[in-house]
Amino acid sequence: MTVWFVPRDAAALSVGADAVAAALEARGEHVVRTGSRGLLWLEPLVERADSRDGTRVGWSNVQAGDLSEGVLSEAAANFLGIVEELEYLACQNRWIYERVGIIDPVDPDDYVSHGGMAGLQRALEMSPMSVVQAVTESGLRGRGGAGFPTGIKWQTVAEQAPVPHKGDPVDAPRHKYICVNADEGDSGTFADRMLMEGDPFCLLEGMAIAAHAVGADRGMIYLRSEYPAAIAAMSDAIEKARARGWLGEGILGSSCNFDVTIRVGAGSYVCGEETAMLESLEGRRGTVRAKPPLPAIEGLFGTPTVINNVLTIASVPSILARGPEAYAELGQERSRGTQVFQLAGNIARGGIVEVAFGISAHELIFGLGQGTKSGRPLKAVQVGGPLGAYLTADALQVPMAYESLAAEGAMLGHGGLVVFDDSVDMAEQARFAMEFCVEESCGKCTPCRIGAVRGVEVIDDLLASDAPENAEQLLRDLCDVMTQGSLCAMGGLTPQPVLSALDQFPEDFKRVAVRVDAAAQGVVHE
Amino acid sequence: MTESPIKTAEQIENLKGLLTPIAEREPGPVLLCLQAVQTHYGYVPEGAVAVVAEVCNVTRADAHGVFSYYSDLRKTPPPLISVRLCAAEACQAVGGRALAAAWGEACAADPNLAGATGTDEPVFCLGNCALGPAALVNDQLIGNVSVEALKSAVAAAQNAAEASL
Repeated sequence: MTVWFVPRDAAALSVGADAVAAALEARGEHVVRTGSRGLLWLEPLVERADSRDGTRVGWSNVQAGDLSEGVLSEAAANFLGIVEELEYLACQNRWIYERVGIIDPVDPDDYVSHGGMAGLQRALEMSPMSVVQAVTESGLRGRGGAGFPTGIKWQTVAEQAPVPHKGDPVDAPRHKYICVNADEGDSGTFADRMLMEGDPFCLLEGMAIAAHAVGADRGMIYLRSEYPAAIAAMSDAIEKARARGWLGEGILGSSCNFDVTIRVGAGSYVCGEETAMLESLEGRRGTVRAKPPLPAIEGLFGTPTVINNVLTIASVPSILARGPEAYAELGQERSRGTQVFQLAGNIARGGIVEVAFGISAHELIFGLGQGTKSGRPLKAVQVGGPLGAYLTADALQVPMAYESLAAEGAMLGHGGLVVFDDSVDMAEQARFAMEFCVEESCGKCTPCRIGAVRGVEVIDDLLASDAPENAEQLLRDLCDVMTQGSLCAMGGLTPQPVLSALDQFPEDFKRVAVRVDAAAQGVVHE
Repeated sequence: MTESPIKTAEQIENLKGLLTPIAEREPGPVLLCLQAVQTHYGYVPEGAVAVVAEVCNVTRADAHGVFSYYSDLRKTPPPLISVRLCAAEACQAVGGRALAAAWGEACAADPNLAGATGTDEPVFCLGNCALGPAALVNDQLIGNVSVEALKSAVAAAQNAAEASL
């Protein structure tokens, strides 16, 4: 029997994948819904498996209407050939994303037959400390942005004794928690979402490995409300994992007890900051906590808590299954293993690229991404989310890794690259960075709460003034205060996009001067 | 949907019946309870925050603090059809600002459209950053969105709403 594959990923659904699946089913075809391969400009990307060897060929941008005249043919203009041989996929080195787009995300049998659960099985044969050791040896660092070594974080939690929830009696049940930060609010990032929709068991397996390693009995996933499809897939996977004995009492017949629940966010960006996330998980306003105490020592409900990003936890099963040495061989300097890059914004071929650290932004954007979607010249790339710096077209040779980006005054963040063409006004982008901070600041510390409001005002002054030097100095001072004085990265890093725009695109901040000059010469365009 | 405050003894008891199991089962239940209220009523009616506070054993000020902090929680009923455009950088890079302005103009020119969709807040990132601009019409995510695509999605949502009545 011929098997067809149609993605159920939200990005594919946003361009009509559901209607395509329905049209195929109406023709009596057997359709399996998968995650997305991450070649998003080709969505809906429909695949068909060869009935003999299972090789999958594909068609790009399929619409339901195309199917009215018959099933897809290999002579069609949108026929792609063998999907895995497409250059965009063939050049990748997929560890976290090894099954995404291939399997039915919520079919546990499909998961196991594609290598799932091998990491957890391996981990349960090892002592907890050797699992921590293996994660340390792999060189894995936090993929949420801060890049803290995961093994060291786990070690700290493993060394703590479980305690009752804060405020509970001393003889109340004692806990440690694994919290997954799935509050993927950075614009230009969608790798957490696609992993949760495309391979949710992988995240659960990683959490169970972490639980075994540090002695945790409870897990929570803090998942943003803007991702309803991810919430549905994760909830479904949790039910099925419990039924299989992958979660609950005595996981896979071991002595490890661990269960996972989801808590849904409520539209606050700053709750992606780990201590604000803890506050929100505890049901309070999502304001940032001062550190210490570290969450590893006193985290959720006062218990020792591992907080990791989705991609960090989802890296662990394949690290255990394939061996930490193989992972550590990839990458450069202290950026080991693979990073899931996300190509977004004004880009011809946007999507997911999982490769070893060290690839240049230029190769990602022009090699794989094929430049801007509009076809106009590239002007700027924002790397690492709304708090990340804008890079110029000349700076794109920088290798994508923690250290090399830091040396450029930029940051990797969650691995998103947002491309802008030459129609962008960088002063407007700088103003937006401050506006976003006004909107999303938790309000706990003054430099962020007041600084962002003043930031918008000062940028407006700068743009309206015909002597902008004073306003510019004020803006730089303000950014200095925010950088040095804010409690967390929200206020502390908002100056990054602002100053990088100001430093690298000063002409965009001289609108009044340009207008005055033009008026003097009698050539006013506005 | 019209506003209806929670004030009679019966309404309060019903709401407690909804929230008490959550408060007994879950640690740190205030936000969960507020979200449950919103799922049930479509918004958080006047009077509900006090019930949440009582059920969770926190002060009204604390419960109100949580309610007012999160932008998802609304104190008025949602529009018949919710239209939320992504206002974040990746969508700005592909004409998100111009789209928002054009959509505003389309609504201003068509009272039916404005009446059905109300004025919903923009959203910062829907995670569809390679297929922008993105929008959410009720629960449907739309990529490569245009004013025309928004109009037809609103029309489809209106038909679906009428069919379900």
